Formats: sequence, structure tokens, C-alpha cells
Amino acid sequence: MTIEWFIVLSALLFCTGAVGILVRRSPMVILLCLELMLNAGNLALVAFSRMVGNQEGQVFAIVVMVIAACEVVIGLGLIVALFRRKLPLNVDDLRELRG
Amino acid sequence: MEAVLFFGAAIGALGGAIGVVALRNPFYSVLALIVHLFSLAVLFLLLTAAFVAAAQVVVYAGAVVVLYVFVVAYVGGGGESAWEPIPGQRFLAPLLGIALFVELSVAVLSSALLALGTDGPDVEAGFGDPAAIGTLLLEKFLLPFEASSILLLLAAVGAVVLAGRNREEGASSEHSAKRSEEAPSSL
Repeated sequence: MTIEWFIVLSALLFCTGAVGILVRRSPMVILLCLELMLNAGNLALVAFSRMVGNQEGQVFAIVVMVIAACEVVIGLGLIVALFRRKLPLNVDDLRELRG
Repeated sequence: MEAVLFFGAAIGALGGAIGVVALRNPFYSVLALIVHLFSLAVLFLLLTAAFVAAAQVVVYAGAVVVLYVFVVAYVGGGGESAWEPIPGQRFLAPLLGIALFVELSVAVLSSALLALGTDGPDVEAGFGDPAAIGTLLLEKFLLPFEASSILLLLAAVGAVVLAGRNREEGASSEHSAKRSEEAPSSL
């Protein structure tokens, strides 16, 4: 398979994640959609690293995985904190910080 | 053979992604994410990135998904309200997504990167295996490696601070604990 296919698939996955973030209301599902977008970025990084024949892109992908893990930990911590304070788990209801 | 693997994994990855977005119950969304992640690992293997594929399965399917399942089980599913602050958001968002995809595709297909249409150069047997990635991480990318370890530590501390007992709760529970300690002595 040529590299193009992987890049187009990565674009498709990224757009799916973006639509999910725009459409869904539950913060948990929004975090899942963020994962989708990060994974799409990873796929593009690895595909380009294969295209160039250089392994450095794969190291970038691993660093992106670390960032994703941190983001999940902090996001889920926020969700648990919201749940404990009995706040609604819906991003449309949590709008005190909105300008 | 390679094409069959690619299209199978691509359908799995895309189907998993659409499942995450479309399924109502967050628990089923997490299950769809597992399908997505395993298909993506197959795609990484096709791109001769063995270590990244292994890390994908171990880190995501092993740790991140378990964390999600715990939190979904703790918090509970919860239905989403039908109320929309922006009218027509449900129809505008997919349109925006399609526009984004078209734009990205045009950018990729019209790029001057001639190597995009190839399978990439032939690589030696050790390309992307743990030894090669480990050497890169500990020699060329030592500083980012250390920085990411500090980031992970900070995230762990932050999660404990965020999700741990908040102060009022902690104070009251300490109070009640003290009271329950005092109770037997007063008897």
C-alpha cells in the first residue's frame, strides 16, 4: 500500500474525532474523541517516517502517546472531581467560564 | 495480502472511530475505542513500526482503556440532553468535518511530495524495532525523553490532587474519624 492511503485514512480518522468533539456533550466521550484525533496524528507521523525511511517520526509518535496518557489522567481526574461535587457531566451545562 | 490487511485494519479503525462518536452509551464508546486501537496497531505493523504498535497495545489497551472503564463504571453512563445552545449544531458539525476532510485530502493529494505515491524506501530488518527506538530515545532524544518522564510524574500528581478528597470533605471525614476514635474512650 502506498503512503498516500495511510495519510488519507489518518485525515478521515482526525475528522471523525473532530466531529465527535463538536457533537457530543459528555466530557468522557469528548476525551475519547481527543484520543481519536491524537491517534490519527500518530498514524500520520508513523506513515511519514516510513515514507522518509527514518525512525525519528516513530519517536515523535511515542512522545504523543505520553502526552495522550497525561491528558487522559488529568481529564479523568477532572471528571471524577466534577462527579464528586455533584456537578452535571455535560459540557453545555458547565458554562460558568464562558465569556 | 498487504492490501487485505490494510483494508481490514482501515475498516476496523474507521468503524471503531465512528462507533466512539455515534454510540449513545459511553461504555460502548470505550469498547469501540478498543477496536479502533487494535486496528491502528495493525496499521503500525504494516508501516514497520513494531515498537510503536506494541506500545499502542500495551499503553492504550492496557492502561488507558482500563482507566476509562473504571471511570465510566464509577460515574455511570448518563443520557445526553437534547437541548442545543447553538441551533443546528448536530447538522453543522458533520458538514464542518466533511469540509475539513476535503481540505486535508486536497492538501495531501496536491502536495509536491512525490514519495507519497510510493511504498517508501526499502528498509533494513531492524527498522522500528525496540532496539532501534531505544537507541534513538536514549541517545539523540534524551532530553525529550526525560522531559516526558517529568510530565508523566506531574500528571500523576495532578490527578491525585484533582480527584482526591477535596479539603472540606477531608476535614469533615477527619473530624468524624476523630469522633469515632473518641467515642470508645468516653464510654
